Amino acid sequence: MIGFYTFMEGVIAFFLIAGGVFAFIGALGMTRLKDFYMRLHGPTKTSTLGVGCVLIASACYFSLVGGGFSVQELLITIFLFITAPVSAHLLAKSALHQKLPHDQRTQGHPEELDEEEENPEPSERAEITPPP
Amino acid sequence: MLDMALWISLALFAASVLLTLFRAVIGPSLPDRILALDTMYINSIGLIILFGIWLNSKIYFEAALLIAMLGFISTVAVCKYLLRGDIIE
Amino acid sequence: MIRPRRWLPMPMLSILLLVVWLLLQQSLGLGHWLLGGALALLIPLVVAPFYEHPPLLKRPLLLVRYIIRVLGDIIVANLQVSWIILHPRKHMNPAFIEYPLQLKENFSITVLASTITLTPGTVSAHLRMDGKSLLIHALDVDDIDKEIRDIHERYERPLMEIFEC
Repeated sequence: MIGFYTFMEGVIAFFLIAGGVFAFIGALGMTRLKDFYMRLHGPTKTSTLGVGCVLIASACYFSLVGGGFSVQELLITIFLFITAPVSAHLLAKSALHQKLPHDQRTQGHPEELDEEEENPEPSERAEITPPP
Repeated sequence: MLDMALWISLALFAASVLLTLFRAVIGPSLPDRILALDTMYINSIGLIILFGIWLNSKIYFEAALLIAMLGFISTVAVCKYLLRGDIIE
Repeated sequence: MIRPRRWLPMPMLSILLLVVWLLLQQSLGLGHWLLGGALALLIPLVVAPFYEHPPLLKRPLLLVRYIIRVLGDIIVANLQVSWIILHPRKHMNPAFIEYPLQLKENFSITVLASTITLTPGTVSAHLRMDGKSLLIHALDVDDIDKEIRDIHERYERPLMEIFEC
C-alpha cells in the first residue's frame, strides 16, 4: 500500500519533469527549425505548457506542505495561457510586416509577403496635418 | 525522489534558457530575437517557481507574477513598435 | 439580452475581478471581500468605455464543454509539436492557410484566434483588415481544405453557438 504522501510526491515529480522536458523541447525547436514561422510554434505551445506543468507541480507541493489549498499558481497559468497566443499573433504580424523569408516547401503564399506593395495600408498619421 | 526531479527540471530549464540566449544572439532578424526573449521570460518564470519549491518559500510567487505581466507587456510593446514605428498612437 | 445597467456595466468582469482578488489574497476574510467587492464595482465603471460591445454569453454550459475540449487539444498539440521538433527531417509540409471567418463579433474572433494558436500545429498570423479572413500558419499539414473544415467543425461552430447564434 503506497502512502498518500508518496503518491503525491510521485505526481509532483512527474509534473516537474514533464514541465522541464516540454520547456526544453520548445527551446530546442526554436533553435533547430528552419524559418521564423516554424520557430514560432515551439515556444507558443510547448514552453507555455511546460511552465504550466511546473506551476501545477508547485501548487500541489505547497498544498501538500503548507496545509490548505494553494491556488495562486493557477492565476499565472491562466494568465500565460491567455497571453501566449496574443504575443504569438503579434510576433507573426510583425514578421509578416518585415517580410521575413519562409521555407521553400511552404504551401500557399500570403499577399502580405509579395515584393511589390500593391495596396499599402493607408497611414492615418500621414494625413494629419501638423499644427502650425 | 522529489529532490532528483527538482534537479532534473532545473537543469532542463537552465538548458532551455541557454538555447533561447543562443537564438537571441544569432537570430537573423528582429522578430527572432523578440521571440527568443519572450521564450526566455517564460522559462525564467519556471526557474523562479522551481527555486521557490527548492527553498520551500512562497515569496517567489509574486516575482513570477510580475515577470509574467511585465514580460507580456514588453513583448507587445516591442511588436507594436516594429509594426507601426510607434508604441502609443 | 440583458440591458447593461449603468452601475454594473459588465457583471462577468466584476465576478472575475472579485475571484482573482480573493485568489491573490489567499484568504476569505471579511476585509478582503469588502475591498475586492469595491474594486470589482469600480474597475468595470472605469474601463467600460473602452469596450465597444461587451461580450454576451448566450450559453455558459457550452463554454465549459468548449474549454475542456480545448484543454484536451492543447495536450495533444504539444505531443504532436514535440514529435515534429524531435524529428525535423521527416518530410514536413508547412503552409499558409487563408481561413474564411464566419464569426462577426470582435471578442469571439479573438477567442477563435487564440484557440487556433494553442491547438495542434497552427498559429494564427494575421487578421485581414475587413475581418473576413484569418491567415494561419500550419507547421505540418497535408490537406489544406480538410484543415479548414476541421477548424470550422471543431472550434468555430461551438463558438458561434456560444456567443452569437
